[in-house]
Amino acid sequence: MKRFRRHGQESQRDRLKQELFAFNKTVEHGFPHQPSALGYSPSLKLLAIGTRSGAIKLYGSPGVEFMGLHDENAAVTQVHFMPHQVELVTLLDDNSLHMWTLRGHNGLSELLEIGRFTLTGPPGVTRVTAVLAHSSGELLLLGTEGGHVFVVEVPGFRELEERNISLDQVSSSIPDDYIGRRNLEHVEALQENPVDPDQVIIGYGRGLMVIWDLEKKLAIQHIPATQQLESVCWTEDGKYILSSHSDGSYCRWMVGGQDMNEEEKSDIPYGHFPCKAISKIVQLPTEEGPPFLLFSGGMPRASYGDRHCITVIHGKTHVALDFTSRIIDFFVIRDGPQRTGDPSALVVLVEEELVVIDLQTEGWPIIQTPYLVPLHSSAITCSHHVSTIPLKLWERILAAGKHQNAHYSKKPWPITGGQNLAPDPPQRDLLLTGHEDGTVRFWDASGVCLYPMYKLSTAGVFHTDADPNDNMNQGTEGEWPPFRKVGCFDPYSDDPRLGIQKIHLCKYSGYLTVAGTAGQILMLELNDEAAEQTVEAKVVDLLQGQEGFRWKGHTQLDIQEDPVMFPAGFQPFAVVQCQPPAVVTALTLHSEWKLIAFGTSHGFGLYDYQQKNSVLIKCTLNPSDQLAMEGPLSRVKSIKKSLRQSFRRIRRSRVSLRKQHVNTATKLQEANARLEAELAEMELAPVQRKIEARSSDDSFTGLVRTLYFADTFLSDSSHNTPSLWAGTNGGCVFAYMLRLPSVEHRADEPVTAQLSKEIQLMHRAPVVGIVVLDGHGAPLPEPLEVAHDLARAPDMQGSHHLLVVSEEQFKVFTLPKVSAKMKLKLTAVDGSRVRRVGMAWFGSSRTEDYGESGLLVLTNQGDVHVVSLPHVKMQVQYPCIRREDVSGIASCVFTKHGQGFYLISPSEFERFSLSTRCVVEPRCLVEAPLHSGCSNQHQSQPDGASSTHRYINLEFAVGQFEPGCYMMLVVTTAMLNESKYIDFNADPVEGIINIRWTSH
Amino acid sequence: MNKNHRVPSSRSLNAVEVKSKFGAEFRRFSLDRSKPGRFDEFYGLLQHVHRIPNVELLVGYADVHGDLLPINNDDNYHKAISTANPLLRLFLQRKEEADHGTFGTDSLTRKKNTVLSAVLLRPDHNKKKPPVIISLPKDFRPVSSIIDVDILPETHRRVRLYKHGQEKPLGFYIRDGSSVRVTPQGLEKVPGIFISRLVPGGLAESTGLLAVNDEVLEVNGIEVGGKSLDQVTDMMIANSHNLIITVKPANQRNNIVRSGVGGGGGAASGSSGRSSDSSASYYGYSSHSAAASIPPHIIQNFPVGELESDEDEEDLVIEAGGEAEPIRHMASNHSMSSLPRYEPHLNLRTATTSTFSINTNGTLPTSGSSSSLSNIKATTPSPDRAMERGSLEEDGPGRR
Repeated sequence: MKRFRRHGQESQRDRLKQELFAFNKTVEHGFPHQPSALGYSPSLKLLAIGTRSGAIKLYGSPGVEFMGLHDENAAVTQVHFMPHQVELVTLLDDNSLHMWTLRGHNGLSELLEIGRFTLTGPPGVTRVTAVLAHSSGELLLLGTEGGHVFVVEVPGFRELEERNISLDQVSSSIPDDYIGRRNLEHVEALQENPVDPDQVIIGYGRGLMVIWDLEKKLAIQHIPATQQLESVCWTEDGKYILSSHSDGSYCRWMVGGQDMNEEEKSDIPYGHFPCKAISKIVQLPTEEGPPFLLFSGGMPRASYGDRHCITVIHGKTHVALDFTSRIIDFFVIRDGPQRTGDPSALVVLVEEELVVIDLQTEGWPIIQTPYLVPLHSSAITCSHHVSTIPLKLWERILAAGKHQNAHYSKKPWPITGGQNLAPDPPQRDLLLTGHEDGTVRFWDASGVCLYPMYKLSTAGVFHTDADPNDNMNQGTEGEWPPFRKVGCFDPYSDDPRLGIQKIHLCKYSGYLTVAGTAGQILMLELNDEAAEQTVEAKVVDLLQGQEGFRWKGHTQLDIQEDPVMFPAGFQPFAVVQCQPPAVVTALTLHSEWKLIAFGTSHGFGLYDYQQKNSVLIKCTLNPSDQLAMEGPLSRVKSIKKSLRQSFRRIRRSRVSLRKQHVNTATKLQEANARLEAELAEMELAPVQRKIEARSSDDSFTGLVRTLYFADTFLSDSSHNTPSLWAGTNGGCVFAYMLRLPSVEHRADEPVTAQLSKEIQLMHRAPVVGIVVLDGHGAPLPEPLEVAHDLARAPDMQGSHHLLVVSEEQFKVFTLPKVSAKMKLKLTAVDGSRVRRVGMAWFGSSRTEDYGESGLLVLTNQGDVHVVSLPHVKMQVQYPCIRREDVSGIASCVFTKHGQGFYLISPSEFERFSLSTRCVVEPRCLVEAPLHSGCSNQHQSQPDGASSTHRYINLEFAVGQFEPGCYMMLVVTTAMLNESKYIDFNADPVEGIINIRWTSH
Repeated sequence: MNKNHRVPSSRSLNAVEVKSKFGAEFRRFSLDRSKPGRFDEFYGLLQHVHRIPNVELLVGYADVHGDLLPINNDDNYHKAISTANPLLRLFLQRKEEADHGTFGTDSLTRKKNTVLSAVLLRPDHNKKKPPVIISLPKDFRPVSSIIDVDILPETHRRVRLYKHGQEKPLGFYIRDGSSVRVTPQGLEKVPGIFISRLVPGGLAESTGLLAVNDEVLEVNGIEVGGKSLDQVTDMMIANSHNLIITVKPANQRNNIVRSGVGGGGGAASGSSGRSSDSSASYYGYSSHSAAASIPPHIIQNFPVGELESDEDEEDLVIEAGGEAEPIRHMASNHSMSSLPRYEPHLNLRTATTSTFSINTNGTLPTSGSSSSLSNIKATTPSPDRAMERGSLEEDGPGRR
């Protein structure tokens, strides 16, 4: 009987778990790592980026984004949208072509791969070097290394052998005097005549260009350029062809001219001295006035060969946009309903960021990107997430950010494809990232787009080695080429000591504290006005007279003694400098008590930022621990070892990745062979691990890992008092009772701290989290949360509990008398260790009013767990990050609502959710463009019938059809006029209507 | 090996010849085998014959195998008399000079003759190890044991290493490797974890139960298959206070044969079998039969339930009155010098079990090798302990 009931309870709990927890990786924020190809569909207004790891990402208006991954782990080298369609073709560097489409499903679009194709033949001949997606939407022209052009019908990838343009056909139509005996080389460029889709130009590497008629299958004209060809561009009116060459020159050729051997114009824009190649050239007309000429590269080899430049020439304006990383590709967005008007924006994909330049505003300012922002413009060193920001603070931060963004263009974001159907985010969330250059960036993390709000720089407080005027080498008058620096990617930190290591923001008071690599802790306050002030520094000696230590690391930062002008936003008003200036490893802020606590590998301190004095200093350093006195840079000796180990790990993981499905016998053989190979490798350098219990003499036992403020029952069970808790790497917890003066005397009476308890965990694992649970088992609210009526007051009647999270286990103790009550062992059971821990609240997906608190845990194996409170029972477990991805695991940050972020590359955050209720993911729809020129879309019938069918899928985004409901469709008369027969087919489940009409 | 075993018929002799050694002095006397009397009488007799009436003594004897075993109660006294063959060799030590390594721990693994000669002939032999007090067999601090022999395949061995309370390192390394498994498709090589190295003088080496190239199959009952070397390392370290590893020994010749006969037990398992002799009476084995028959090579030394018992951690909590001392100092003191003074004879004669266990608490600071022991410890703090420790307070483990 009892068993039965328990079983019932368990299944009920299982059901509840399903209602509370679900794991989803929802969206990737930031800039794709190692982009390798760029594509744009003017009709869909969608941008596509392919990466070296085989990912393809589509972006439209903010919130509209799609992501796909090729099964092959090969780099995407080219991306081409099929004109006027929702399909796109990618070329990988393994020479495979892939067809992707945006298919509607449940009112939302999904990116799906629908076909793949590889040209058969000898690899030297059939390696695809140029792709032309023909405007008919059904042909793909593939130029190859052998010089042949293959014609393939899409979407089925059917080779149309009879239409292929072989090298022989081309050379036979060319006068012998040009060809001589020279090889034409590979097909470098394929372009369609904008006014006659039957004409394409084929540009060969050697320089020769041939205009080919697809219908008549013959060469109309050949253009005998003599320089190595880089790119070809057909002007809008079809009258001219521009070619760019490897010697930094470009030429203009007239089409159909009688004198076909004469170039209209040839120029080396940065000439005289040898120049680098112009890799791409585009000329675009304007309604009135001169055309725009844009090209990348072409810089003088010796003096500026290392610059990454795109030159824009419009009339008398000539600018060489100077990017900070390699240019991948660029395109121009044009005005007008048919996207044939004036150029409005230049979109440049460089290796580390996407830059959009407004070509219609004087000075060509940059348009701020709402997505694809380079998170790593300086390397991310830490992150901090704050949920549910009060509107007031939100607006103030936005306002401060506006001041900083004055130099951006006022124009709206020009890439506007698709509809964002995601509901408005339920709350305002802020993600703060600390960077190596001492900046803290504030991101709007409420929705799918991680939007930059505000950037705080802490460097101004200190004297740094770098000269502030050093970077201002902005266009001196008369410089040639006329450079203009663009882009914000700047990975070069002036001083690594400025790096931000810990951040804590109080969302109610607007106080922010940040701590850095050289033991500096800054207290900042949000000020809507710019202000000039002197920042007071307080040096805190954490060694507390421990003898015999000499700090071997970096020196502390020097504070600017003179008043500093701080712009509106967060302005520092107090600085604490730890001595020795070791990296700050723990930081917490209590804005109600006006205290901050900070810790390093040597000890921790408590600082009263109202009175600006230090309340408590505690040295936790083990006298025998010499390693803790070495700075981060002097620990070189272990680098070699760790490098070797990580290489080995990578190699091993690569081997396990290559698992393939073969029959068991060969699989067995393979497995054995593989293992043998691995073993042979191990024999050479056996990896062994020492098994030893931790001892108090281990290194870095004194490193402070976590600090926590709580108002709880520390000394007796009837009076709660403010307290400070600190946990160390050696498994030690210190608890201090704090005495705060009454509010009216807060400014003049001292705050005192008295040691109340010390707990040494027997297993000595590092303490990574300390939380006090109230009488209901819920974690204590944040400071000021109750005062702002945003949280239930904690239960002070029942007994409080202390939860200590170490890397190995979770342990609940009673308070005020500390005795162990419950525990959950992690490492002893499955060998994983806690890396990150956070408190979260999970709402039930079934009922609005049920929810529970839980502990979010990320282990060194990359798994995320939810642990219940206060009973510390494991609830769910999901694999989240590869365990080899150490930096990803280290970068993880949890939100208060069961989501999390981690870096999948230096520039991208992956967002995931463990909550069923709180999920932020892209929900968007892209409709097939109803192109006015769709009459040239032919769908050839397999049975050879002359009639053509056209399909339109109208997808209804919101809701679904009820059977029998009335609908009104407005179809353009132009379409109806030429239609004879309409086939109407509605799918009430999918919400899709297929209309098919037939015409002669 | 057993040179004292030479005259089996001597058992019939009624008198037991006793040769007692204290320092450099010998005393010889005899006892009536049939009427040995009580231990406290015997103890008095020893003090008398050596003329050391007020010296606290530790009494040890060499048993038939040459192991040095203690005499400190009626049971082991009677056993010593009854197994004397014919000579009973006694070794007396001053209690305060006693070497903790004398009994139980090291004598198991070192060559017994060297133990006897090296340690006993030079009682003031300068060892770094702090003293540990010998008392009832059940209070011996176990170092290692082979467990679960009855449920494991004969090719496997489950070894328990007791780390706590001693400074000796666990002292071994593990590595990746491959082991061969029989599958329907044939032999398959699968990755495995192996012991790669034993640190000389470490716990692992000194038990003799683990060897290089033994494959590690489980850690504290959890299979290591599919886990990485780092994971297994972390699991072992997390369990280091009470590490139970199941291995498949590389040398399969010393395997346990369950029938109890034959299978010439290797030195390793043999010594552990012998150590179980000393505790035989406590576990209710008939001492005579155990001594008479070939001792089983392995016996389950400890109650099965304790495997699962969660005794390994007692976090140290210091309630600070004034300023705190460094905690690591406290922690190291805790097991050794901050102990109450041990008064074995007083307690043996008068005290109840509960006070006894409190007094021995220090020797077993975290072992709790029997759960009743630590329960008493946790629930009845003795006043004299509180006095000794001052503000130091220790809470029981999370067993409610």
